[in-house]
Amino acid sequence: MADLTADFLGIKSPNPFWLASAPPTDKEYNVRRAFEAGWGGVVWKTLGSEGPPVVNVNGPRYGAIWGADRRLLGLNNIELITDRPLEVNLEEITRVKKDYPDRAIIVSIMVPCEEQAWKDILPRVEATGADGIELNFGCPHGMAERGMGSAVGQVPEYIQMVTEWCKKYYSKPVIVKLTPNITDIRHPARAAKAGGADAVSLINTINSIVSVDLDAMAPEPTIGDKGTHGGYCGPAVKPIALNMVAEIARCPQTHGLPISAIGGVTTWRDAAEFMTMGAGNVQVCTAAMTYGFNVVKEMISGLNQWMDDKGYKTLDDFVGKAVPNVTDWQYLNLNYVAKAKISQDDCIKCGRCFAACEDTSHQAIAMSEDRVFTVKDDECVACNLCVNVCPVEGCITMEQVPAGQIDERTGKVVSDEYANWTTHPNNPSATAAE
Amino acid sequence: MATSHQASGIEAGRLSASEIADNFGDLHPQYEAHEAAVAADRCYFCYDAPCMTACPTSIDIPQFIREIQAGHPESAAKTILEQNILGGMCARVCPTETLCEEACVREAAEGKPVEIGRLQRYATDTLMEKGVHPFGRAEATGKKVAIVGAGPAGLSAAHRLAMLGHDVVVYDAKSKAGGLNEFGIAAYKSTNDFAAKEVDWLLQIGGITMEYGKKLGAELSLDALKADYDAVFLSIGLAGVNALRADGEDKDGVRDAVDFIAELRQADDLTNLAVGRNVVVIGGGMTAVDAAVQSKLLGSENVTIAYRRGRDAMGASRFEQDLAATKGVKLMFNVQPVAIHGNGACAEIELEYTRSEGGTLTGTGETVRIAADQVYKAIGQTLEGQPGALALEGRKIKVDENGRTSVEGVWAGGDCASGGEDLTVTAVAEGRDAAMDIHASLMG
Repeated sequence: MADLTADFLGIKSPNPFWLASAPPTDKEYNVRRAFEAGWGGVVWKTLGSEGPPVVNVNGPRYGAIWGADRRLLGLNNIELITDRPLEVNLEEITRVKKDYPDRAIIVSIMVPCEEQAWKDILPRVEATGADGIELNFGCPHGMAERGMGSAVGQVPEYIQMVTEWCKKYYSKPVIVKLTPNITDIRHPARAAKAGGADAVSLINTINSIVSVDLDAMAPEPTIGDKGTHGGYCGPAVKPIALNMVAEIARCPQTHGLPISAIGGVTTWRDAAEFMTMGAGNVQVCTAAMTYGFNVVKEMISGLNQWMDDKGYKTLDDFVGKAVPNVTDWQYLNLNYVAKAKISQDDCIKCGRCFAACEDTSHQAIAMSEDRVFTVKDDECVACNLCVNVCPVEGCITMEQVPAGQIDERTGKVVSDEYANWTTHPNNPSATAAE
Repeated sequence: MATSHQASGIEAGRLSASEIADNFGDLHPQYEAHEAAVAADRCYFCYDAPCMTACPTSIDIPQFIREIQAGHPESAAKTILEQNILGGMCARVCPTETLCEEACVREAAEGKPVEIGRLQRYATDTLMEKGVHPFGRAEATGKKVAIVGAGPAGLSAAHRLAMLGHDVVVYDAKSKAGGLNEFGIAAYKSTNDFAAKEVDWLLQIGGITMEYGKKLGAELSLDALKADYDAVFLSIGLAGVNALRADGEDKDGVRDAVDFIAELRQADDLTNLAVGRNVVVIGGGMTAVDAAVQSKLLGSENVTIAYRRGRDAMGASRFEQDLAATKGVKLMFNVQPVAIHGNGACAEIELEYTRSEGGTLTGTGETVRIAADQVYKAIGQTLEGQPGALALEGRKIKVDENGRTSVEGVWAGGDCASGGEDLTVTAVAEGRDAAMDIHASLMG
């Protein structure tokens, strides 16, 4: 059995699966049950300043998109930070941490961008015994209109400033949670690092409108006759999150900055992918909201199985392993040549590859009278679309054309030398691209 | 006290009314909306889809399934009905396992095709339950067409001709329209009087006059029809039944399966329908299965289908065979009837084992006797009562690919005409295509 113990910023947890700051971690009752189900840690739902708590809408807070059989693929929400009093949350955090010393408890915080506000709350959070804090610079709805959440996360200078305050008034690890609602994720990550952050966590939700009620002529979820944009999450956002994590992991200025990855983690595989992209652990929300706390059990068993299969003993054996293989387009090897190959034994003759290739661009698949589909090597550019649309996994594969053979499309011999766009004769700015 | 399975002879009320109602419930219940969405989602939207090629009416199946999947079954229904105006009945009675669903690539991939028939039913039922008839008539052409036979071919031709602006009169020997849809298929395939409702729905197009109790060769003659109308379409079906040619065929209790099915379909109360304790059905097609299964569902204790060749040669699909077996019908292969025994009424049937040698079937001489209060003959129907002027091909009215007979101005389609399998869906296609040819010829 592999060792799934995670050590993130010195915070130990029995596995790398934490519940993200969100509705499932809003109260003691939930967090205790999450720990009983096996979660390694939780990030407590975001606390606000002392005083009257925020008020949520009393209509629908969530909207969704679905795949086949109504499988939930994307969720958006317009819920605010905790709407329970600060004191109640702090008392509960204290109690739970005392009862679960082996689990990680991180406290998410969102207070106004004033030093005093942070100075006031941080000692009280520290007194709970929680393992660290996460700065919510991410929520794109509601709180952002009050100058918090993503309104802070979109201004690197504010991120740095608030992070510095936190490092000043709080002794334990500070994690800065980033919003994806920006143009280049590396800028806020660099600001967090500059401010002294121990880690970044990302992504928070993506600004979104999931659907429009065509009768009410209003966005959904609809409160009365109006709707607003909300934060999008769930399996649909994973590719966006994965790229942002990779960007931070491979950026020379932020490389090595610990990352807690968030964004559509639903099974062990998603977690493993984020971790190979440099994340020290993952946070999960939508999967738990959709299926309940027990989803963590599959994540644990799946990661274990995979690690055993691959011979990884600890998480460190694979964390960050894929990062060196993420590069810019300009460095991709233009001398690598592949061709699609259709396994006639596996083909069920649906013709989707044909339709896709024919109507998309390359017309590189031939269809016979009796529905045999074959690749025309002299037309195939190995775009992979046929693989993607084929309903039979493994039926169409991309086969590398070995060096020395002729690429029938270009008529040229495939070279075994590496050559990229920066050196390609067609690139007028080959030198500028360096 | 109710009559039991074991009561000898031919008796009614072997099962309670509630058991009968359960037994004759829908074979494939209608989908709920979510089930339909899940089933529709399995469709791969194949290029030049094999299912569509396999459909005798060439319904654009991927298109209608996509319309269901996207939440508008009404337009899915229109896609279906444009090609096949009896799409609702075909969804119920088509042997999809040998047509579209057999061709489905997911049948090849997983042995579990997209449930095209049930999806088709979901779409057509949705539209018909709304009482919507999505087709209108073209400007009147002033032409009149006579159709003889109100079965699937005749109704299909009538609707298409009416749609194109012609006035249509449909004659039928019976007192009701629908043909085999109404009289000839198992009740559990057309519940809640669907056949009659579909006819009513179809007639909403307008321009179609129904004339019942008029039979070709009796009240009607081809010459008179030809004189009175601009075109004639014959869809008279197969009214004759093949004889067993076994001793004792005239005994009480020996009957044509099609008569039994028609009686059952028209019965107001199935508990009043008398069935034998021991029933033997001779034949291997759908009619044999329909008669055997329904006997069982009415409470017969022992029901046997006796077929003279092997399983593979059976006209009924494997799905139908398995359905019969599931309901408790015994399937006997390679046996042929030689005699029916009994004192006035049949009591036993004597079957001889057969073997096939070079395509010829011969008796082995070995026989077996099984108890039989009722023997149903389901060994095929034959053309009967066709006008003598028409050339035949084999035992059917000879037609070309457009349904034209050897007589100018007379078209034919459905089971009575040559070409195609004897299926509802084939009849619909033939009626539709003949109508298009009649239209071209009248307007040419």
